[in-house]
Amino acid sequence: MTGTERIAKRFADLKAEGRAGLVTFITAGDPNFDVSSSILKQLPAAGADIIELGMPFSDPMADGPAIQASSQRALNKGASMIKTLDMVREFRKSDADTPIILMGYFNPIYIYGVEKFTAAASEAGVDGFIIVDLPPEEAEMRAPVENAGLSFIYLTAPTTDDARLPTVVEHASGFIYYVSVTGITGTKSAATQDIETALKRLRRHSDLPIAVGFGIKTPEQAAEIGKYAEAVVVGSAFVNKVTENLDKNGNPKDGCADAVLGLVRDIAGGLKSGSPATV
Amino acid sequence: MMNQPNTYMDGPDEDGHFGLFGGRYVAETLMPLILEVERAYNEAKDDEAFQTELRGYLKNYVGRPSPLYFAERLTNKLATDSGGARIYFKREDLNHTGAHKVNNCMGQILLARKMGKNRVIAETGAGMHGVATATVCALFDIPCTIYMGTTDIERQSPNVSRMKMLGAEIIPVTSGTGTLKDAMNDALRDWVANVETTYYLIGTVAGPHPYPAMVRDFQSVIGEETRAQIMEHEGRLPDSLIACIGGGSNAMGLFFPFLDDEVRIIAVEASGEGIETGKHAASLNAGAPGVLHGNRTYLLQNEDGQITDAHSVSAGLDYPGIGPEHAWLHDIGRAEYVSITDKEAIDAFHICTRLEGILPALESAHAIAHVIKIAGDLPKDHIMVLNMSGRGDKDMDSVAAYLERNK
Ligand SMILES: Cc1ncc(COP(=O)(O)O)c(C=O)c1O
Repeated sequence: MTGTERIAKRFADLKAEGRAGLVTFITAGDPNFDVSSSILKQLPAAGADIIELGMPFSDPMADGPAIQASSQRALNKGASMIKTLDMVREFRKSDADTPIILMGYFNPIYIYGVEKFTAAASEAGVDGFIIVDLPPEEAEMRAPVENAGLSFIYLTAPTTDDARLPTVVEHASGFIYYVSVTGITGTKSAATQDIETALKRLRRHSDLPIAVGFGIKTPEQAAEIGKYAEAVVVGSAFVNKVTENLDKNGNPKDGCADAVLGLVRDIAGGLKSGSPATV
Repeated sequence: MMNQPNTYMDGPDEDGHFGLFGGRYVAETLMPLILEVERAYNEAKDDEAFQTELRGYLKNYVGRPSPLYFAERLTNKLATDSGGARIYFKREDLNHTGAHKVNNCMGQILLARKMGKNRVIAETGAGMHGVATATVCALFDIPCTIYMGTTDIERQSPNVSRMKMLGAEIIPVTSGTGTLKDAMNDALRDWVANVETTYYLIGTVAGPHPYPAMVRDFQSVIGEETRAQIMEHEGRLPDSLIACIGGGSNAMGLFFPFLDDEVRIIAVEASGEGIETGKHAASLNAGAPGVLHGNRTYLLQNEDGQITDAHSVSAGLDYPGIGPEHAWLHDIGRAEYVSITDKEAIDAFHICTRLEGILPALESAHAIAHVIKIAGDLPKDHIMVLNMSGRGDKDMDSVAAYLERNK
């Protein structure tokens, strides 16, 4: 099964179950490799349907303070692109079904080598990529990713107007990530009404499933937005759970992983009780 | 080396690439706005009314043209029996606000007004760009927010007071080393959150397309004036041009109009405590191509693609990247990129001050230091133009602190 197929199958299953999926973001290597890897392995059982694994970067320009700090913590503990792939490889030993999307910034991939990295990621069990600073105009990852059978997932934003949407969705694969607020991660939340309107507009341009992210922190918000989207993305809220469970030296306290997984369970529960996506 | 083009002056291509470099590596939220800035700028470029208005402000408000001054005492001091270049200073330090930065700010603020934006943000390192931005915002009554690293706030405190006095809001940036790169990250984050209302006034020839080309064009007035002025002084074009490089805007401004002439072009990076110590800001001499802040260019980074911290005694040069057009000029061999240490720059600062009665910005002092190194070995009829990019009043504390640390 290719990565793109794994993602498609997951969305087909969600549709059959009649509910929106939960996409969970965590930063690879935060607060350290072992705890991060342990959280990753337990995410599906806690209710994650798709996993976004953040590739730490020194200068995460589209991220708010929570994810900036989490990226820095991971780097301080020795995170690297190679270790991020190791973590995925570990995960795949026990889970063949949950899609993993690597999310981050282009420079570390560019330095690794685009072709080389795509091949290594595919071999490790990665299914797709969200590269924040590669808009469709900078297309240098597209061909290698497509050739490997993986998905390059494009972001659309409230500022992406009807004139531009065709350019963005033209090469989209897997799903479309709707960034529901004009802003960085972990700050404000969008009004449901605005999201509903935006998704209607998006669906006129693409048949792919839509995941909505940015600013979603609670089970209630997730359930509400899950009425309109095929999936909701939660990130900073989990990262904040890590932050809350560090000792004063920045090392994880006992229960750090459980705190993150507990919130995953709560939000997944919220989604399951919500109404199905109206597609 | 790549094939030499017929002209060095027709870049970038329509997607903002100078060879391998440049481009538009930004989040989708910003993309529509960046395309809008590009459209507005392309219109303004060919709009006679816009250009006339800009020329008027440059003349009557900024004080252009800035003089081209023959630095006779420095010339004599560096002369040897057999050689010694004739050294001219292009006096950007005499502009209103004290540096070249205002040329670009004047152009971009007129563009922001044309685009109907009612809030301006900017990043600043040395504070000169921040001061210039706060100044044009005061002039046009536009609220202005300046991002500045905490390290820079400390070492360029006179400029912080100036910006506040001008009515700007200063947001201290604590991430990273609290310098220019970090200020630019936070300015970009602000922009993403406020795209509808806000214009990002980038201070150097970096960032996503169209900024590198646009800032270069607004700064090219430096080189254009120099061409006319040197003809008046010497009756011919100069043999060499020299300028310091932070992001590279004062250098591009001087160099660009001469790219197709037989003129030697030298740009000076900051090598801080020495390239071998790792504490430097020499992106071309010690970095590798990568992607940051919206463009592909040379960056200081580790083997995992993480950006590493720059270091320079000069806040304006303390940046781990460089404008993409410089990266291209470097790779095709059109310009030379050399480097100067903190110590050499501080020495040059004193030499220039005592000999010429001109207190240079620490940034500009890097270019002076390289002139001091090479002028004596050049023939007597060699004409060299140095871009005196700014004045050094802001650097009194930094120089005193440096001397104290290195007694
Ligand atoms: C006086 C002066 N010169 C040079 C620079 C470096 O910038 P650039 O390389 O864009 O000219 C600065 C930046 O703050 C400056 O203040």
